[in-house]
Amino acid sequence: MKNLGEVLLSSAAGSEVLMGNSALVRAMVESGVRVATAYPGSPTPEIADAILALPADRNPIYFEYSTNEKVATEVAFGAAVNGHLACVFFKSVGLNVAADSFVQLGLMEIIGGLVIVLGDDPGANSSQNEQDNRHLARLAYIPVFEPAGPQEAYAQFKLAAHLARERRMPVVLRLTTHVCHAKERVHFDAWSRPPVDDTPRFDPRHGPYIPLTTEVFPLKRRALEKLAAVAQWSEQAPVHRLEPGRDRRRGVITAGLPYLSLLDALAGVAARPDVLKLGVVFPLPKELLATFLAEHEEVKVIEELDDFLEQQLAALAHERGLSTRIRGKLDLDDWLGEYTPARVAGLLRKTWPDLLPPPAPALLAAVTAPARPAQLCPGCGHRSAFHAIQQALAPDTITVADIGCHTLGFLPPYRLGQVLLCMGHVSGTAAGLSLFNASRPVVGFLGDSTFFHAGLPGIVNAVYNRHNFTLVLMENGTTAMTGHQELPSSGRNAREAVEKIPVRQVLAGLGVTDVAEVDAYQQAKLTELVRAATQREGFKVIIAKHPCMLKLTRENRRKGRKPQPPVRIGDKCTRQLTCITEFGCPSFQRDADGRITVHTDLCIGDGSCRQTCAAGAIEPTRAAASTEQ
Amino acid sequence: MERFDVFLIGVGGQGIGLLSEALLRAADAAGLTVRGVDTHGLAQRGGVVSSHLRLGEAAHSPLVSPGEAHLVVALERHEALRGLTEWAAPGGTLVYYDAVWQPLGVRLGQVAAVEGEAVQAECARRGVRGVRVCVADLPDSRMQNVAVLAAIARQALLPGVGRDHYRQALGDLLGGAALAANLALFDRLVT
Repeated sequence: MKNLGEVLLSSAAGSEVLMGNSALVRAMVESGVRVATAYPGSPTPEIADAILALPADRNPIYFEYSTNEKVATEVAFGAAVNGHLACVFFKSVGLNVAADSFVQLGLMEIIGGLVIVLGDDPGANSSQNEQDNRHLARLAYIPVFEPAGPQEAYAQFKLAAHLARERRMPVVLRLTTHVCHAKERVHFDAWSRPPVDDTPRFDPRHGPYIPLTTEVFPLKRRALEKLAAVAQWSEQAPVHRLEPGRDRRRGVITAGLPYLSLLDALAGVAARPDVLKLGVVFPLPKELLATFLAEHEEVKVIEELDDFLEQQLAALAHERGLSTRIRGKLDLDDWLGEYTPARVAGLLRKTWPDLLPPPAPALLAAVTAPARPAQLCPGCGHRSAFHAIQQALAPDTITVADIGCHTLGFLPPYRLGQVLLCMGHVSGTAAGLSLFNASRPVVGFLGDSTFFHAGLPGIVNAVYNRHNFTLVLMENGTTAMTGHQELPSSGRNAREAVEKIPVRQVLAGLGVTDVAEVDAYQQAKLTELVRAATQREGFKVIIAKHPCMLKLTRENRRKGRKPQPPVRIGDKCTRQLTCITEFGCPSFQRDADGRITVHTDLCIGDGSCRQTCAAGAIEPTRAAASTEQ
Repeated sequence: MERFDVFLIGVGGQGIGLLSEALLRAADAAGLTVRGVDTHGLAQRGGVVSSHLRLGEAAHSPLVSPGEAHLVVALERHEALRGLTEWAAPGGTLVYYDAVWQPLGVRLGQVAAVEGEAVQAECARRGVRGVRVCVADLPDSRMQNVAVLAAIARQALLPGVGRDHYRQALGDLLGGAALAANLALFDRLVT
């Protein structure tokens, strides 16, 4: 088996098949990154996996999962103003959490250099929106690199780190989902471990680092000067690519993964337009762009999500008195979703109808495959909890979701969770819903990782302002949705065993007095707790606890433990179908004749379903086997 | 090779990631230019997972376009139909493991399950060659992905990629007892 850690740490130049996220870590090693921090969120967790794959005794990078993106940013910043090259990475919406500190970074003289890696998510593959973080970087006067694939991600990280260190500033490397996860053979340079000098170099004289009132202006001026210098550097930098075509009247300006989509869309096109691919999308190389605009009658801007480049190009053309026709977003559809090769072909057809041949007509299917929404795993404690909670709620109850695997409770058959903003919003939103509302109970759901991440302020607010709602804390002991990362209550951090910070003790410390705790598999008890809680005044917390069974099952398999045999449907089945229509474990399958069976490849034998069957027809296989003997 | 697009589809938990990377590494070992991408997201929650693989110098994006996959690889029957109707190119090939993990609508009795005949009929309509894989005595159902890998190798469904390239790819990705068991299965099914 190839050892990723050894590949990423090898001193010789070489190449390997790598995911974009892993290629970045090779670039971190070569660049001399000393501190890396993160909060898990798709599409970036594999960056941490690759850092943690480096052999522990030779790992040059201190890494931590911080409690949230803001803390992660601050830890990286603190290390960087002490002289260490630092990197912080998280998903798109993580930048909103980090924003309060992120917007200050440009004002700071970051002597070690700081690279912020963002995993934006066009297409909202695993996010609650598809926000375009180029806007936030611009707001904060921070340059943005944008690679199109793993090889470029590697090369651009090294450039970004060099720039960050040399100019003592923050630099953003903006990836998108399918750049993070793309795999290709990545060629990398030789590396020798530099002598480590960990002298703490923090000195207020490098600053000032206290930006208050009029002190802000020199700092802001310096940030703008650095930005202007980067724009100047970018004019000649080896990050942009100009590809001459055959139709000199037309040009395309693009960046990132849409560039590769464009190349696919233009395959075999005779009247190929000139293509300018930007590697740094903020600040813009104005001279390069003005020249490109001036050379063409029409320029199409192909950029995913918002019209970030388009607006600046229109302003530039106006400023230079250029008559070039700039074609950007043509309608609202152009603002939505990922720019795949098929999408980009469509954009080109819409802009220049003569450029591409019409698409081949798609053959309609005689039969279509039924939809397959994501769902909770077999044995999941959340399912057991949702099933129990459903029995307890009055029909007009307002239910508030939060981020985590338990968000999936909003889907049928549970339909629990009717409104969602972001990580940790639940207590605030539920509090608002409870105002002037004496008739409809409000029940919210929150996971344990999110509890620590952004859940605490809302809970303190509920106590402090005496709000009236029930919060069900779905405690599964892990950050499950992003790949089972540790969390403060699990007794481990990314590196070592640590003292647990138990959720229940934190709640007590925050002044929550009405707290109950139950194993999520104890459905009758949980139903009763929720029913009673929704019928009394105040802020009530019910901890519905059960370990993530996906994680547990994998761990047990790794330890060589025999899995529990699956359950089976016995003769008592009266086809009430509760197991399917209400409990909804995917292990239960329905035959064409309406008979229920258990899928033995899916069932983990947890038995949390057995209590849901009024007829008592769900039997453990072992007992059944013994009666047969 | 100009361009050869592969689209893989299955249900979260079926091991599409391993299968996809094994194909990618096998093509790489055969000296082909290859890139690919998995869709992650909510994948491990029992939803649809897919993976894109593109061979050849003429492929740039890691993403395959709908209706253009020369080879569709599926690990489940409903997903085989989805892969076929949404992603397969006319004249292409569908290779699928005939496992059934019923989608929610089927379990709720709202929609009919997909029968094997429907997949074959749809293949015929589209001029797509359908290759059904089902191994009666699989040592572990989690090895269905390797059974499909062996079928791809046996029928040389990836042009220019040989059996030893697949073996090498498995060796890159697995170690110890897992490698031995999977290689044993691969070797048994490929000959």
